[in-house]
Amino acid sequence: MNEALNVHRLHFAFTITFHYIFPQLTMGLALLLVYLKTKALRTGDEHYNRSARFWARIFGINFALGVVTGIPMEFQFGTNWAAFSKAAGGVIGQTLAMEGVFSFFLESSFLGLFLFGEKKLGRVGHWWAAFLVWLGSWLSGFLIVATDAWMQHPTGYRLGANGEFELESFWALLLNKWALWQYAHTMLGAVQTGCFVMAAIGAYYLLSGVHVEQGKLFVRTAVIVGVIAACMQLSPTGDKQGLMISRYQKPTLAAMEGLFETQEGAPLAILGQPDVKNQRLDNPIVVPDALSFLTYRVWSAKVDGLDSFPRSDWPDNIELLYFSYHIMVGLGTVFIAILVIAAWKLFRGTLYGSKIMLWMLMLALPFPFIANTAGWVTAEVGRQPWLIYGLMRTSAGVSPLVSAGSAWFTLIGFLGMYMVLGILFLYLVYREIDRGPAPGHAEVASAA
Amino acid sequence: MGTVWFCLVAIMLAGYVVLDGFDLGVGVLHLWLGRTDAERRILMRSIGPVWDGNEVWLIAAGGTLYFAFPSLYASGFSGFYLPLMMVLWLLILRGISLEFRSHISGPIWSTLWDTTFSLASLLLAVFYGAALGNVVRGVPLDANGRFFEPLWTNFMPSGETGILDWYTVIVGVVALAVLTLHGATWIGLKTEGVLYSRAVRSASVIWWLVAFLTVALTLVTFLMFPQLFMNFRIQVWGYVFPILAIAGLLGMKWTIGREDATAFGCSCAYIVGMLTSVVFSVYPSVLPASTNPAFGLTVANAKAGEYGLKIGLIWWVIGMALASGYTIFVYRNFAGKVGSADSEEHESY
Repeated sequence: MNEALNVHRLHFAFTITFHYIFPQLTMGLALLLVYLKTKALRTGDEHYNRSARFWARIFGINFALGVVTGIPMEFQFGTNWAAFSKAAGGVIGQTLAMEGVFSFFLESSFLGLFLFGEKKLGRVGHWWAAFLVWLGSWLSGFLIVATDAWMQHPTGYRLGANGEFELESFWALLLNKWALWQYAHTMLGAVQTGCFVMAAIGAYYLLSGVHVEQGKLFVRTAVIVGVIAACMQLSPTGDKQGLMISRYQKPTLAAMEGLFETQEGAPLAILGQPDVKNQRLDNPIVVPDALSFLTYRVWSAKVDGLDSFPRSDWPDNIELLYFSYHIMVGLGTVFIAILVIAAWKLFRGTLYGSKIMLWMLMLALPFPFIANTAGWVTAEVGRQPWLIYGLMRTSAGVSPLVSAGSAWFTLIGFLGMYMVLGILFLYLVYREIDRGPAPGHAEVASAA
Repeated sequence: MGTVWFCLVAIMLAGYVVLDGFDLGVGVLHLWLGRTDAERRILMRSIGPVWDGNEVWLIAAGGTLYFAFPSLYASGFSGFYLPLMMVLWLLILRGISLEFRSHISGPIWSTLWDTTFSLASLLLAVFYGAALGNVVRGVPLDANGRFFEPLWTNFMPSGETGILDWYTVIVGVVALAVLTLHGATWIGLKTEGVLYSRAVRSASVIWWLVAFLTVALTLVTFLMFPQLFMNFRIQVWGYVFPILAIAGLLGMKWTIGREDATAFGCSCAYIVGMLTSVVFSVYPSVLPASTNPAFGLTVANAKAGEYGLKIGLIWWVIGMALASGYTIFVYRNFAGKVGSADSEEHESY
């Protein structure tokens, strides 16, 4: 295999993975901020505004990192994937350009007003600023997912005279059904990240006995929103996403599930390690017939294993695909369990006193990031060996004249720079959490 | 349709240079004009709420270029691989300096980010100029419309060229001077007191440098690439662009220190005039080949499919009308001098 190709793949994989740490939190938090601002406006309870101000600070740091790590993504299509860009730019250039024109201007304009203009804008004006920041970030998410969805399941294009893809139907590109389900699934993942981060910090305050009123509000908000998102993550969005893969990316489904042999009544592997060389799953723990049911809604249906497809169409990293998929699903299930129990305890009024639940919520903080990342790895490694599914191989899309040496040079540069960014990020967020939400008048009075 | 999009991409790029240009210029002058921590905070706050939006113009222009001229985007971005990646790193460093400086107050933290901010701004201005120089000079495209340029070879603008040769370095220096002057006029518009008088004094000095470099660069370009002046001979109306630049330049001379808003406006006019003159003279070429003129990328051979360009025009007009609306809204919200009085509200975040 071409050495430069692997470096370019690693380059994109690393920069996008690091980048997506930030938008998943800002997209989730943007929704929670609108929720908090709405509550503040409706109830007039100043606690909500104080919470919103605290989360706006965390949001601001994350947003800045999302922006600076996001700019390289748009450039890398051209720098590292020139052949792909030349072939597909006429189609996916549309969604990428729309993201700049429709979302980024909106977000960047109103974020400044949201962060700095609370006094100037007034209560209603400030709510609008929060709303428009949310709208911008969620629109941006949609246009990026629509771009990816076209690569997963191309629609609305035709082959032009020079072998390049031309747009044939704007609405078929935007309303690609793959894009709609993938978007819903992605955004729910982002909402869960926002909720788990909010819940974790709330739990941390409650367990430490500081900022108790705000801590309760964080936990309550996060658990209520989070439990809805977690359930919808599984069904309908996760289910629909799986059905689309089973229909349009059959080898991917087989690899995700570690199903090497075509069989009727195919089992669902819960655990086990794929041994690709010997084409079997080691140490399997399976639910018999379940995969057939999930895929076709018939317990005895025949599911194609990897043996039904030529090796050249197999995803090229079956192990990574299998594990990332299982990590995503496994964590998603754990999230549902935690949040349903937390919501039940909240309903019963025992959540704030339950040390075990608070500890669990606090320690859960990194896991939605892992689950979201694993989900994207599943989608993108699952798309292999195609860059545009069924149309263009990944090996055909790379920049032909950019050497492995040049790509290593810039990859190492990004590794170094992002390590510094990561350290700064953790330090600044830690400081904000340590400072906590500004104390309210009542708390100031009682302290005095 | 290709020509329409050629103009629209040029407008977006000009918008980017005019808008992000002044905050880059502020960055270049940051350490020199801002002598104390308070002054540097004012300088950063003078661009604080807008620099991020200004940078969006680059992203939006890049995206528009991607969908309207995919071949140009693919060829140009991969061919300029190394300098573009460095531009990205500089943009990252500059962005985090602006965002992170205010989070902690302390001399070491501030000095670190002040210096990073200023150096990154300076290098970005030079890189942008050098990139423009490369487009004017032409790049070694092969028959498939592809190239890869090393950062430098022997610094000669012919034969095996690199990104940096003496010609593109000169363009880089001119860009640095022009954007520094642009930044100085912005600071003149947004500050008062000692910062204001320093900005005006610097602007008056840099003006002479810019005037000299403009004449010198025009002469050098004329001698080296006489074919660039063909378009002006055929389409005489094109002289409106260089006239705009000259008017802006002379207007600045009269207004610096007197009419701050007009001086900044003149600087915008000068930049737009210079850029549009270049764009006008290279048309219909979008990336000329230094190897064989027939390999060059033009509007006709680089554009995307007709349907996509038409549908794009609809959403582009709607989207950019909205975006201009937000931009105006933000700038109006933020009009007037930046004082130190409102510092507390800003610092609280």
